[in-house]
Amino acid sequence: MSSKFKNTIGNTFLLYLPLLLLFLSVFNEFDFNYLNYKYFSFNFPFILIFYWSLKRIETLGYGFIFIAGMFNDAVLGFPIGISSLTYLIICGFAGYLRNITLRPSLTKDWLYFLFTILVANSINYFLLLLFFSIEINYYEILGNIIFTFLLYYIFAHIFDVYRKILLRIKI
Amino acid sequence: MATNRDDFIIAIRSAFLKKGNKQRFSLIGLIFFSVGLLILSKINLPVNNYLKITLNEIVYRSSFIVSIPEKKFQDLNDVIKDHYNVYKDYLEVKKELNTLKSKKYETQFLKEENKRLKKTINEYIYNSEELIAKVLIDKNSPFLKSIIVNKGSKDNVKLGMAVLDQSYLVGKIVEVNYSTSRVLLVSDLNSKIPVGIEPGNIQSILSGTGRTNGKIEYLETDILIEDKSIVYTSGSGGLFKPGIPIGTYHKELEESYEIVNFFSKLSQLTFVKLVSFEGDNK
Repeated sequence: MSSKFKNTIGNTFLLYLPLLLLFLSVFNEFDFNYLNYKYFSFNFPFILIFYWSLKRIETLGYGFIFIAGMFNDAVLGFPIGISSLTYLIICGFAGYLRNITLRPSLTKDWLYFLFTILVANSINYFLLLLFFSIEINYYEILGNIIFTFLLYYIFAHIFDVYRKILLRIKI
Repeated sequence: MATNRDDFIIAIRSAFLKKGNKQRFSLIGLIFFSVGLLILSKINLPVNNYLKITLNEIVYRSSFIVSIPEKKFQDLNDVIKDHYNVYKDYLEVKKELNTLKSKKYETQFLKEENKRLKKTINEYIYNSEELIAKVLIDKNSPFLKSIIVNKGSKDNVKLGMAVLDQSYLVGKIVEVNYSTSRVLLVSDLNSKIPVGIEPGNIQSILSGTGRTNGKIEYLETDILIEDKSIVYTSGSGGLFKPGIPIGTYHKELEESYEIVNFFSKLSQLTFVKLVSFEGDNK
C-alpha cells in the first residue's frame, strides 16, 4: 500500500515536471543573468514549450502555457498577453513540425527551433516597439536567441532521457 | 503542386485548430484571446487595469517565494566575489575615507549656506516624504531593467516617485499596485532623466543603456564634459528635486558614446527609499 502510494506521488510528479518547470522558470527567470556576462541570457520557457509541444506531452496544455505567459508578462512588466502570444506561436510552429515529420531528427528539430524563435522574437520585438513604444536592446535579443538556440541541443538531450524514463514506467 | 499545398494546409489546420485529447482549448482560440488582451492593454480600459493589478499582486508574491533558492545562490556567488576583492576594496575605501573626511565639514557649511541663500531669494525649498521599501523581485531581465518593491497604493506610493539607494537615485515608480510597485531603473533603455553635469552645470538627458550603465543624450556637440564629472538630477520637469547624485561620467574609448557609471550597484538593491518631493515657496 505504502509502496503503491509512493509510486503514485512519484509518477504524478514526473508526469507534471515539465509544467512545474515551466511555472518555476516564468516566476524565477532562471537565465543566469546575474552572472553579468555581457549578452548572455537564454529563454528556458521557449526551449521547454517547443520541445514538449513537439513531443505532444498532454500535461503541458495550451491553457497552462497561456497562463504561464501571463505570469511572465507580470514578472517582466510587459503588456499582459504578449508572452502568451509568443509561447502559443511557438506551440503552433512545433505542432506544424510534428504533423509534417515522419522520421524525427534532433538536428532538424534544432534548426527549425532557430527559425521558430526568430519568428517569435521578431513578433515580440515588433509589438513591443511599434505597438507599445517599449525600447529593447536589439543586441540583447540577438544574444538571447543565439544562446537559447545553442542550449536547445543540450536540453533536448536531457528531456529525451527524461521522456525515456516516463515511457519506461508507463505513465 | 496542389497536393503539397493541401498537405501544408492540413498540417497548419491540425496544428492550430485541432484540440488534443486532453486539451481544453484550441491554439487559435487562445492566440485570438492573447491578441484581445493586448488590444485591451493598448486601449487602457479600467477593467484591464484591475485585471493587471490583481495578477501583479499574485505573481509578485509568488515570484518572491519561488526566487528564494536562486537568490541564495546569487548571494553566495557575490560573497565569493567579495572575498576575492576584499584587499583591493580595503585600499580603495581607505583612500576614499580620507578624501571624504576632508570634504565633510566643507559640505556641511555649504549646505547651510545654500539653504540660507535660497530663503533669501525666495527659491523653492523641497520637502520630501520618505518610505523605506524592500525589494521583492529583481529579475535583472535582459530586456527590461526593473525591480518590484513591497509598497503600493495602500502606503501612498504615487507614480513618478523617486527611488533612492542611500542618497543616490536608482529609478522611479512606473506602476503602482495595492501592496507592490514596479521601479524602472535608471539603467533601462526606456528611462530618461533630466540631469545636470558638474562642473559646468551642463544640462542634458540621462538615458539607460539596458546594461549596467547609462549614457548622456541630447547634448550639443561643442560642449565638452570633463572626465569623471558628477551627474545629478537637474530638477527640470519638477519630478525630482535638483541635486540628487546619480553617477560619474566616463569617456570610454571602446564605446561610441560616453558612459555614466551609477553610484549604486543596481543588481544589489535590497532596501530602497521611495521619495516624493514637493516644492515649498518660503
